[in-house]
Amino acid sequence: MAKLIELKGISKSYDGEKVIDSMDLYIRDKEFITLLGPSGCGKTTTLRIIGGFETADEGQVFFDGVEISDVPAYKRQVNTVFQKYALFPHLNVYENIAFPLRLKKLDEEEIRTRVTDMLKMVALVGFENKSVSTLSGGQQQRVAIARALVSHPRVLLLDEPLGALDLKLRKDMQNELKSIQQKIGITFVYVTHDQEEALSMSDTVVVIADGEIQQIGTPTDIYNEPKNAFVADFIGESNIIDGVMLEDKKVKIASHVFDCVDGGYDKNEPVDVVIRPEDVDVVKPEDGMLQGQVTAVTFKGVHYEIIVDIKGFKWMIQSTDYVAPDAIIGIYIEPEGIHIMKKSKYSGMFGDYSSFSDEIDQLSDADAAEEF
Amino acid sequence: MKVAGYGSLGLTNLMKNKRSLGQSILAAPHIFWAVLFIILPLFIVVYYAFTDSNGQFSFSNIASLTDYAPIFGLSLELAIIATAICLAIGYPLAYCIAKAKPKHQKIFIMLLMLPMWTNLLIRTYSIMAILDDGGFLNSLLNTSFHIVGTKGAVIFGMVYDFLPYMVLPIYTCISKIDRSMWEAAADLGCGPIGTVVKVIFPLSMSGIISGVTMVLVPSISTFYISQKLGGGTFELIGDTIERQFVTGALNVGAAISLVMMVLILISITIMNRFSDAEEGGIIV
Repeated sequence: MAKLIELKGISKSYDGEKVIDSMDLYIRDKEFITLLGPSGCGKTTTLRIIGGFETADEGQVFFDGVEISDVPAYKRQVNTVFQKYALFPHLNVYENIAFPLRLKKLDEEEIRTRVTDMLKMVALVGFENKSVSTLSGGQQQRVAIARALVSHPRVLLLDEPLGALDLKLRKDMQNELKSIQQKIGITFVYVTHDQEEALSMSDTVVVIADGEIQQIGTPTDIYNEPKNAFVADFIGESNIIDGVMLEDKKVKIASHVFDCVDGGYDKNEPVDVVIRPEDVDVVKPEDGMLQGQVTAVTFKGVHYEIIVDIKGFKWMIQSTDYVAPDAIIGIYIEPEGIHIMKKSKYSGMFGDYSSFSDEIDQLSDADAAEEF
Repeated sequence: MKVAGYGSLGLTNLMKNKRSLGQSILAAPHIFWAVLFIILPLFIVVYYAFTDSNGQFSFSNIASLTDYAPIFGLSLELAIIATAICLAIGYPLAYCIAKAKPKHQKIFIMLLMLPMWTNLLIRTYSIMAILDDGGFLNSLLNTSFHIVGTKGAVIFGMVYDFLPYMVLPIYTCISKIDRSMWEAAADLGCGPIGTVVKVIFPLSMSGIISGVTMVLVPSISTFYISQKLGGGTFELIGDTIERQFVTGALNVGAAISLVMMVLILISITIMNRFSDAEEGGIIV
């Protein structure tokens, strides 16, 4: 697939604070790409630079090989679905969707056909004459999508479009968005702080933190082969443990030498080791590679979430078998369950569950949702 | 489930009652004020309008109003022209202020409000002193423009005195429009001018209607502007009402006032129809 949008060395500061730091990114034609990161990481700013609502301090934006850095938003072939929908309250549903077509001075017949097609696609036939302010959040969202797609843009930018919807509706809309994207076959650039949303919808995920791209890859790559502690922690749950690479496929963690599948590191190089909670098996203490004491057990429905203290480091284990708190257990990890990462500036900041609680997780989610 | 439902319903009702009791206590001074100084005077006006000088019920005052039709026509004409000029100047001004940086906005609004700290009458006198045949402007330029006493001078006075009432509601309205409206319009292919015409202007309609009302109503009923800047050659409906009361013809004065009020009420009602229903119309 050809490159459609390319960002070269983009930097942007607000009031002297760098939001994006010399970012290079290309977006291929017809792909569903997600910019994923925590609140304030620069993902929305990146999207706004592509949309033409912000100008980068440095760097260039290319569209289909042509530089568009200074092209104003209204001349760009990209359309946006805004976080707060931004429907025009003085126009009804039909006129909102027809708005970009009227600007192009298409004839009434053509407008009617295209608006009706869009209404069919977003399942809002019969809502033509309704005032947008009487619609529910989900319906407004559909109108916003229809309005953004009616003029057949090459790229659709979506800025946390599902952030204001409740969980059930959000799941439905995720599927719907993905199927719309596949049906019309254009590029979607999606911004979210929700890693689950990113993994389930995207062809490509771009993980951003502190104004820099941490990793670009398919959802599977990002999950299975995180590049650093930040990515490993942000995408799903992970235990990130200090380890030493003794040789290829041998890593020492907590004085036990584990077999693993990674190589290419220096002898005795300190590394970050990622072990997903679902890859740890609970076994009898004497059969375990490591032993520890259970400090907390939470029932999660599908599995139990078990926090185990192993030599002062708290691991999270997900197991379908119940373990009593304070019990001594052993753990067993397959070589495939161990992923080695080079040390980075994020080493030691994440992946320890000693201060873990669901509440903190939810709080930080709410913070992220408020970001605009 | 049902019991809980009823229980909570009862509680809400109780809370509502409590709140409305507190509200009515708080509202009492205002209601007293409104009755004493708004409702009661209105009844007095109605009473005088429908009685003759002996206190007998009569339609003669209302019937005599046809004599004042030309004066009313002139008042309306000047007020409409002044309002149109206020809108033509005020809208772009309000737009520019609303689009300026926040700290500049404060300065602009301050500058706009500054003349209003001076009494309206004094300002009108000052304009007269400036524009008079032997006034400041003519002596400065060493010319002999005859301005005071023309329609133009009266209209100028109205525009000068009432412009802030046009700018402020429009400014408030535009500055409340979310940034995403501008961005959405641009995103969908609307140029800067198109955005103002197709999106911002319709969305600021409630501000425009407030502004038009707040300029039109005092312009129709003004008497001092026409007296001072009209140089005694103009009589507007406000002057007529004033003259009736000054000369003791209370009944005719009350009749004209009543008719004016009704006409203004009708026009506001019509204008509110054009305003966005959600905005809740205009408070005059």
